[in-house]
Amino acid sequence: MVDSGNASAPKPSSSVKLVLLGEAAVGKSSLVLRFVNNAFQENKEPTIGAAFLTQKTALPTRTIKFEIWDTAGQERFASLAPMYYRNAQSALVVYDLTKPTSLIKAKHWVAELQRQASPGIVIALVGNKLDLTKGAGGEAAALPAEEEGVEGEGEGEGDGDARKITTQEGRSYAEEEGLLFFETSAKSGVNVQEVFTAIANAIPETQMKTSRQGAGGGAGGGTQAALGSDRVNLTGGKGEAKEGCAC
Amino acid sequence: MDEIAPEYDVVVLGTGLTECVLSGVMSVKGKKVLHIDRNDHYGGEAASVNIESLFKKYGNYTQGTEPWKKYGRVNDWNIDLVPKLLMSNGELTNILVSTDVTRYLEFKQIAGSYVQQGNGPRATVAKVPSDASEALRSPLMGLFEKRRAKKFLEWVGAFKEDDPATYNGLDLNRISMREVYEKFGLEATTRDFIGHSMALYQTDEYINEKGAAKETVQRIRLYVNSMARYGKSPYIYPLYGLGELPQGFARLSAIYGGTYMLNTNIDEISYNGKEVAGIKATMKERSDDPDGMKFETKTKTIIGDPSYFPGKVHVVGHLLKAICILTHPVPNTDNSDSAQLIIPQSQVGRKHDIYIAIVSSAHNVCPKGYYIAIVSTIAEGSANHHLELQPGFDRLGKIEERFMGPAIPLYEPLESGNRDRIFISKSYDATSHFETTTDDVRNIYLRAAGEELVVDGLRGENLVAQE
Repeated sequence: MVDSGNASAPKPSSSVKLVLLGEAAVGKSSLVLRFVNNAFQENKEPTIGAAFLTQKTALPTRTIKFEIWDTAGQERFASLAPMYYRNAQSALVVYDLTKPTSLIKAKHWVAELQRQASPGIVIALVGNKLDLTKGAGGEAAALPAEEEGVEGEGEGEGDGDARKITTQEGRSYAEEEGLLFFETSAKSGVNVQEVFTAIANAIPETQMKTSRQGAGGGAGGGTQAALGSDRVNLTGGKGEAKEGCAC
Repeated sequence: MDEIAPEYDVVVLGTGLTECVLSGVMSVKGKKVLHIDRNDHYGGEAASVNIESLFKKYGNYTQGTEPWKKYGRVNDWNIDLVPKLLMSNGELTNILVSTDVTRYLEFKQIAGSYVQQGNGPRATVAKVPSDASEALRSPLMGLFEKRRAKKFLEWVGAFKEDDPATYNGLDLNRISMREVYEKFGLEATTRDFIGHSMALYQTDEYINEKGAAKETVQRIRLYVNSMARYGKSPYIYPLYGLGELPQGFARLSAIYGGTYMLNTNIDEISYNGKEVAGIKATMKERSDDPDGMKFETKTKTIIGDPSYFPGKVHVVGHLLKAICILTHPVPNTDNSDSAQLIIPQSQVGRKHDIYIAIVSSAHNVCPKGYYIAIVSTIAEGSANHHLELQPGFDRLGKIEERFMGPAIPLYEPLESGNRDRIFISKSYDATSHFETTTDDVRNIYLRAAGEELVVDGLRGENLVAQE
């Protein structure tokens, strides 16, 4: 067993499974890349080859280790497996501020989470690509480089504001559904750290205590008591390289 | 609209475990994979379903009633359709570890492995002894027999395939297991539990087969080593049910670029001469397109389960299976939260063993207080199949609910696939574990990819290549 829950460290630390959802090319992976590596890649290829990434967030009284699951493209044809939602304690539902259909899609994912995920899941709605909008969060970037979603339908801004979804629209939907809400730029880094900190803060401490202690899956909810002793670590002997697997 | 490529290296049909492992491995090896299932969920015949789906699948309820409601929350149930367990030292475990799919799954031990001796009310149910010292304590044997069994198990434990000195003077490649049993002077009842509950043969055919002795010894070793790994039984089991396994390998495939389309019908398979050339398919009822999305793509290789190729498979047997819901542990299994119980054929006058696989809320497959026991065997007659399973039901005590359909046909492909490049998997057979499933995976991989499947370091090696 991994000892993240009861280590001798001064601050208690817990693992939290976070799942990413949202239309293709809204910047899901870029947000995570910014959060985990503080980096950004232009024209990033669709996600390949990352099972999940982990990153710690230190709060005043505890440390949260996010274990971030990417859709791996399985959302494209509505083929995400129930495993993806299983025991997710938090979700990041991302849309593109410059692409109205992506918010519709985001609402679909929120509904899906409410149907499939554990009842206590913390959901953050995130409008990304703030750098492409005017006046918010630093550089109102030059349009062309990154975005195919900007179709220049001639709404007449002309001043480099590609925003198609107002802050108010996103926020009021988030309030209706009881979601955390942020507008971010994975490119400039604006608000990215804040999203994850807010999620970390929103996860109730009671849930932490029952949260699983490793990466391998496991029960976030009340079934925990029934588990425990007989779990097996298939990767035993390989030591730390497999930290948190299947224990 | 999302893009479907004009061509894929491999199109995989069906998301059962065999298909998903192959899809995952192919993707990791750099093949461009399109993976399709006509169902709207993963797993095919290897899925786990909730209790409402189970009632509806078997239809044993009156229209208009909702009997599943008395079993708690529907989604707390993950009931396997295939009654199997993983050998903790088996090949599927190997593949799970070397592909890192263990990162998505959590496993628990199965708490005990039991075998029945005798029949009817006087039957004994006892733990399968797995090493020499357990043999000495086992109620399955008399005093002198225990010592002989101890000697036998010590010999099996020390056996090394590449060291003839450990063969004890026996030419295992040529002799039958009967000769080995005779050499150690083992009685018929001992041979029975060794052959059926340790070597896990379902019939007695192996006993007289010349040259089968070595395989038998290796099967016993797999059992013993699996047992030794975690201690309670040779079996492990994924939390939330076996249906998690195909999902885990599907995720592996997707992570390495595999494209997934559930809820998609194959309309046509096209050929170029004898060889497959492509598929036409329809993804059903997407919200933005009520008629579904029709598409076609080229491929020179298809891998699929038998249900996609009714004309290219034949029936090799029938599996009988009954899923039973209990509210108590199975009697005589030390109140175990999970177990396998084997009733060797000879004990109940059959030709094929009866298996009982038991899991419970300890594995997150049902609400607390419930147990799921699946009784299965190979059909020997063409009617009254419930009677064939009766010795199994007799072990269970009170049964709350019993789901049993007609005999399930077991399919195998008619051809190897070398001619048309359509490689068809076998149905999940009646064995208690996945060793034959992984044999099928290896075999299909060899035929489809033209090389042996090497799983050691599969992930590491290719991650480097990816970056």
